[in-house]
Amino acid sequence: MTHLENLSRRRFVVGSAAAVGSLSLGFHIPLAQAAAAAALPPEVNAWVVVKPDDAIVIRIARSEMGQGTLTGLAQLVAEELECDWSKVTTEYPTPGQNLARNRVWKDFSTGGSRGIRSSHDYVRLGGAAAREMLIAAAAQGWKVPASECKASKSVITHAASGRTTTYGKVAIVAATMKVPEKISLKDPSTWTIAGKPLPRLDTADKLTGKQIYGMDIKLPGMLSAAVTACPVFGGKLVSFDATAAEKMPGVKKVLKVDDTAVAVVADTWWRAKTALDALRITWDYGPNKKVDTASINKMMTEGLDAKEAFVGSNLGNAPGLIKDAKKTVTATYAYGFQNHACMESMNATALYTPEKLEVWVPTQNGEASLAAAAEASGLPVQKCDVYKMHLGGGFGRRGFQDFTKQAVSIAKQMPGIPVKMIWSREEDMLHGAYHPKTMCKLTGVLDEQGNIKAMHMRISGQSILAAVRPEGMQGGMDPAVFQGLNVDGAEGAFTYKIDNLLIDHAMRNTHIPPGFWRGVNLNQNAIYVECFIDELAHAAKQDPVEFRRKLLAHNPKALNVLETVAKGIGWDTKPAPGVSRGVAQIMGFGSYVGAAAEVSVTNGKLKIHRIVAATDCGHVVNPAQVERQVEGSFAYGLGSVLYNECTIREGRVEQTNFHNYDVIRMAAMPKVETIPIPSGGFWGGVGEPTIAVAGPAVLNAIFAATGKRYRTLPVFRHSDLQSV
Amino acid sequence: MATLTINGEKREVDVESDTPLLWVLREQLALTGTKYGCGIAQCGACTVHIDGVATRSCAMPVSAVTADQKITTIEGLSPDGSHPVQKAWLALDVPQCGFCQCGMIMAATALLKNNPNPTDADIDAEITNICRCGTYNRVREAIKTAATSIREGKVAL
Repeated sequence: MTHLENLSRRRFVVGSAAAVGSLSLGFHIPLAQAAAAAALPPEVNAWVVVKPDDAIVIRIARSEMGQGTLTGLAQLVAEELECDWSKVTTEYPTPGQNLARNRVWKDFSTGGSRGIRSSHDYVRLGGAAAREMLIAAAAQGWKVPASECKASKSVITHAASGRTTTYGKVAIVAATMKVPEKISLKDPSTWTIAGKPLPRLDTADKLTGKQIYGMDIKLPGMLSAAVTACPVFGGKLVSFDATAAEKMPGVKKVLKVDDTAVAVVADTWWRAKTALDALRITWDYGPNKKVDTASINKMMTEGLDAKEAFVGSNLGNAPGLIKDAKKTVTATYAYGFQNHACMESMNATALYTPEKLEVWVPTQNGEASLAAAAEASGLPVQKCDVYKMHLGGGFGRRGFQDFTKQAVSIAKQMPGIPVKMIWSREEDMLHGAYHPKTMCKLTGVLDEQGNIKAMHMRISGQSILAAVRPEGMQGGMDPAVFQGLNVDGAEGAFTYKIDNLLIDHAMRNTHIPPGFWRGVNLNQNAIYVECFIDELAHAAKQDPVEFRRKLLAHNPKALNVLETVAKGIGWDTKPAPGVSRGVAQIMGFGSYVGAAAEVSVTNGKLKIHRIVAATDCGHVVNPAQVERQVEGSFAYGLGSVLYNECTIREGRVEQTNFHNYDVIRMAAMPKVETIPIPSGGFWGGVGEPTIAVAGPAVLNAIFAATGKRYRTLPVFRHSDLQSV
Repeated sequence: MATLTINGEKREVDVESDTPLLWVLREQLALTGTKYGCGIAQCGACTVHIDGVATRSCAMPVSAVTADQKITTIEGLSPDGSHPVQKAWLALDVPQCGFCQCGMIMAATALLKNNPNPTDADIDAEITNICRCGTYNRVREAIKTAATSIREGKVAL
């Protein structure tokens, strides 16, 4: 990928202030003038640059963190542009450029499986507008009506006269053409680039070490910083004794980052880290120093039966029917804190002068990084810019900007010197934005035919929005808690038809900060619902697939996903000896997803043999990338259900690195057969939803194998069941 | 001061003797394809070859490597991404975020050198690198693809 970060690198190569001015100014002045200035290749419009040799550069606003959005969005633009795909590369505009151009690239935020589904329309329009302008430029040159010209693979043809030209030849003129007012987008059934399983655009450099991640950036004169913040959230830095550290090799400065953190700046990161470890720091651990897992569990357990709760969905009279029932089925599940554990720990590099702040950061939200950087620097936002670096994983963690602010605070104390701040893995483990911790008590009543008469689902635990985005709260309630559980929701709708249904949330927050974690609240909600539906099916002595079929009769898309995975796993056939099956389905991030699993448990050892997963996301922009996202979702989802848990002792997270926060690895990874369902007609997300069905499909299969429900997660905290 | 043989070249580096090889590669020699993931030899993102043996460089002090030992990093695996393991990775479009992949490729190459026809169990035992994006199944497939192409093409590793 060509990257606008290159602009910045070029700046150092060129090494002249005048060049900086012309390069960065080029993006701020009107397009035609920019082209005329010849400092930049001619931009046809904000989304498309065509170079004289017909090379096409497509601008991408969302961040690439492995999910393939970069390639998918480029496919959508290229599809409408009618360009030669083999000559397509991409680049990131900067958040500062977006601001200066009245947010022409719209939202930079990359999360919620929204990369494609919430920008497909305007990026396609951008590609289509560029195509029309390129055609108009050729037609003007030929003095023929544009309507007589057609474009294909970057070649414009006027059939009547047999003339052709290429995009590269007319691009400069095209930029001056009138932006078309009415554009119709192609019918997806006619797509030739979008919808195809094309290879990613960003693979080659990842195989040779050439891909530069945030952690890899090297700038002339750059120093490195290691940082540590109070290990207890809510605590503060009191003082530090830098006498020994300051004398250590390579150390340039020991400094207070903010009220909670201290940093060592040195000529290399390793020397900074070594000196940081030698620093004597006094912390005030603050009000949370006695909080531990047991005290948090106690608080959340109380919420399971608390009188007051926020109501997410309420149909019929579930509480009354449950109260009057002779027999109920009840189960309580619990799901803990989890760190995102991106392979690349948090980092950011900043160069501050009183006139300008530049930040190089792997971020899921460039505009949020810009705002955070400006705030931390005290400079007006117009004097700041952010160069988005490739992300070594994001999973929601890199939407937060705590590390960006730290890097800027450090750089501000080292004016004129670029400083790269990297968190150690230990720092990253102790200062996450953790998957929220919740519990759920489920109560169901079956009628004489074994149908669900009433169900109550009481969630107790953390709210992400209360901590992160309070403006998203509705009268004190966090609507996001009910992801996948909203009976009338469009985004994550509750798929089953249950006439008497109450789903409510007793909010119980703690000092461990919750964050958006790949899959967010759908992950645990799917476990709660899909394991309990399984429990009810067994209580009713019914087949778990047949039981679900009846509850989904009104919902053809959800039913189709269920049928697809049931057929794929061979539900109606007998499994191999010793093998047991489980199934799950849910709707989330606008998509319908299902999974079926085959497992065996032998002498307390779990082996997951096979997963069949179906995703109906409506329009499929790249089926090969959908497959990869689904496979990856099972690694993330199974890792979280089987292995991952952060526990709390003396107010802090106990897990410090991968030796005590194990994750799924090759040996435990099952085969995943992905079935994309390109049903068309809507745009659903892909990066996250199947994570949610990974857990319950396997948990239900474990029950089928062992007769035991593992309701307090992760599974491997239970000594009687371990990985094979 | 230490002398190292890296990707066929003798290099002098001025570092404390307990500096992990990883940071010497990344900071003194600007070979940033070798990644920092954990610092305690758990995740494998820092895997390099020392005399052909896959080694987690984050936990290897530079003083433990002699001047004669041949260190190969991802940058030295091939000049242009043409190593059969890299080609298999490209053909199967394995990486997602890609951060762990250089370590995976180095671990896979060392495995294939010792075991040209690894079984699934061999791969499970030898490839213990962490990938948070979850590319494991494609890594497995790419190792098998590379093994086949090495056998058929009689390419020496």
